[in-house]
Amino acid sequence: MTGKAIARLLLISMACSAAAAAAEPAAQTTVRIAYIDPLSGLMGPVGNNTLHSWQYAAELADRENWAPGVRFEIVPFDNKLSPQESLNDLKSAIDQDIHYVVQGNGTSVARALIGGISKHNERNPGKEVVFLNYAAVDPDLTNGECTFWHFRWDANSDMKMEGLTNFISKQKDVHRVYLINQDYAFGHQVQRAAREYLAKKRPDIEIVGDDLHPLAKVTDFSQYVAKMKAANADTVITGNWGSDLSLLIKAARDAGLTANFYTYYAGTVGVPTQMGAAGAEHVRMIYLWQPNIDKFPGQDLVKEFKSKYKEDFATMAAYNALRGLADAIHKAGSVEPVRVAYALEGLRLHSFGGDLEVRASDHQVEQPLYISSWQKLDGKKIKYDQEDTGYGWRVEVALPADAVTLPTSCQMQRPARPN
Amino acid sequence: MNTELALISALNGASYGLLLFMLSAGLTLIFSMMGVLNFAHASFYMLGAYCGYQISQWVGFWPGLVLAPLAVGLMGAGVERYGLRSLHARGPVAELLFTFGLSYVIVELVQVLWGRPPVPYRLPPELDGPLFSVFTVDFPRARGFVMLVAALILGALALMLRFSRIGMVIQAALSHSKTVETLGHDVPRIHMLVFGGGAALAGLAGAIGGALTVTEPNMGGPIGAILFVVVVVGGMGSLAGAFLASLAIGEIDAFAKVIDRSPADLAAALGLSIDPANPLYGLWTLTLSQAAPVLPFLLLVLVLLVRPRGLLGRREDR
Repeated sequence: MTGKAIARLLLISMACSAAAAAAEPAAQTTVRIAYIDPLSGLMGPVGNNTLHSWQYAAELADRENWAPGVRFEIVPFDNKLSPQESLNDLKSAIDQDIHYVVQGNGTSVARALIGGISKHNERNPGKEVVFLNYAAVDPDLTNGECTFWHFRWDANSDMKMEGLTNFISKQKDVHRVYLINQDYAFGHQVQRAAREYLAKKRPDIEIVGDDLHPLAKVTDFSQYVAKMKAANADTVITGNWGSDLSLLIKAARDAGLTANFYTYYAGTVGVPTQMGAAGAEHVRMIYLWQPNIDKFPGQDLVKEFKSKYKEDFATMAAYNALRGLADAIHKAGSVEPVRVAYALEGLRLHSFGGDLEVRASDHQVEQPLYISSWQKLDGKKIKYDQEDTGYGWRVEVALPADAVTLPTSCQMQRPARPN
Repeated sequence: MNTELALISALNGASYGLLLFMLSAGLTLIFSMMGVLNFAHASFYMLGAYCGYQISQWVGFWPGLVLAPLAVGLMGAGVERYGLRSLHARGPVAELLFTFGLSYVIVELVQVLWGRPPVPYRLPPELDGPLFSVFTVDFPRARGFVMLVAALILGALALMLRFSRIGMVIQAALSHSKTVETLGHDVPRIHMLVFGGGAALAGLAGAIGGALTVTEPNMGGPIGAILFVVVVVGGMGSLAGAFLASLAIGEIDAFAKVIDRSPADLAAALGLSIDPANPLYGLWTLTLSQAAPVLPFLLLVLVLLVRPRGLLGRREDR
């Protein structure tokens, strides 16, 4: 190599590093995000899986530079699914100078956090906390109880039930419906909406059973399944999640129940293993994404996540929420919570499930939903299985965002907009 | 309620009841012999599940089913020999507090060793699938297996206590421990055997129950509370009483869960209607199925009020 060539190489490399330095703002900021969800107990597996989803999204945000100059760090707190415990976690997060909180498991917890955050923000202007809710879907949180500090990235329970009942009302073989739900705010909302919407859309359908059971306490659902058999139900609608769904499905399989299940959360940890071959054609779910949507959007995430954590990437709402947060920080040019919250209002985003918009009036994200059924892999339309079962989700209906949009009664109180 | 539902409920109730009995047998024997209300008993149940899981990872489920109870039994014997025995002179309160503290230590240890979330402990494929059908409802093989194991254990225990030499010494030591000691039997050693044996039974119940449901560090909590109900309702120290109470609680639980009737329905049948403005409207419309989780404790309170010595309890003095 001649001296001239070496000089040129040096020059090029210097220019490159200078350009890279110019693209980055002088100071790197790290936004720390408190993740407050169950990491132990019956709902521990769900909480750990979604924690990994958040950590993975944060890693992507850093790698792909979603918000230039800003890195994200997820700080996990185990709330044991208890609202009281969550308030303690919130307090220690605030003590650690964390201004962004994410949570999803349990509307009861979300409600407690919203209360705690609202109080804190009122008393500590300039040190506000913003809450990104990725899965607690009680509709009240974006209606009567809406606050400026709360943003919901999953479709709420009524939106999902709207989609599900539109689908069910077209199924000729549905005559006898059994409702089973967890005995807390969210379960009650599913129960109410299912009854209300079915009565409107298919008055001929009979509700042959309606059970509420304690949240995350039941380890044996065989008696509930025996009731479904005795009631001769052909369809079961449930908002159950985590162990309350996987153990319900297990009991149904053990008892040989062949009713069709319409669920919100059959894609979450533990449920696919219990469905296995027995659930094929019998279980449906509604969610904002799954790996086998047309053209497999998000398949790279699925593959990388699986090789990294040896489990399935299922909670796309976590990814969307972090993308939204990064975009809002970028748009606001600041990590100050009030500015970021204002930037989130009306934010649009293209994600793997389709186009999203954060509705400004109530902070409910509007997005397409998919009703999918549990099927054997065919390698063409159903390429990705779950939990190595050889079975995966096939899209039955893709619902555009406006098909599941519902009005809101939210009267949002906003803080003064910073200049 | 139709016949199908009644039959399947009876079976499910019996299988739950028998699992409860496997647990309460040890607890009630330990209580009647040593006067110790063993708070750590449900922790041995949990330990049984974790040992079963760990051994099943190494050599399979079936060896685990044999080895896990043995391991837990040894731990139980160790707890008696090196913990309780030295506390015995200080009386039952010290012993009770010791087991109370121990139960927390065990949970914490398990969390350190295996983590907080549940572990994937499953029954082997041989136990998958239906055993028989009650009209249209399948009764799973796994539940049949629980019933079989519990029945075998029950039989073996009854025979051992009644006919074997050690069994007779244990029975004698239950009521006349001083006399037995004077006759030259090593009563502390019998205590260790009984405590270890009780722990082993709990471990066996855990090795099956954990695989049947969920294996996680706090799995002992809810069932531990039910165990005390069983022991009190059956009569402190009565094995036969524990058996009856276990089955009764299993059946009450199973049948209550499938009866969606509330006091308001009963009132309606009598021609009364309950006004939603009634301050106790929530209580009037509470269905039996919703109240199912609290029924065992209601039973506990009632039995203590009406018949403090329990169904088959003999001695009120202790």
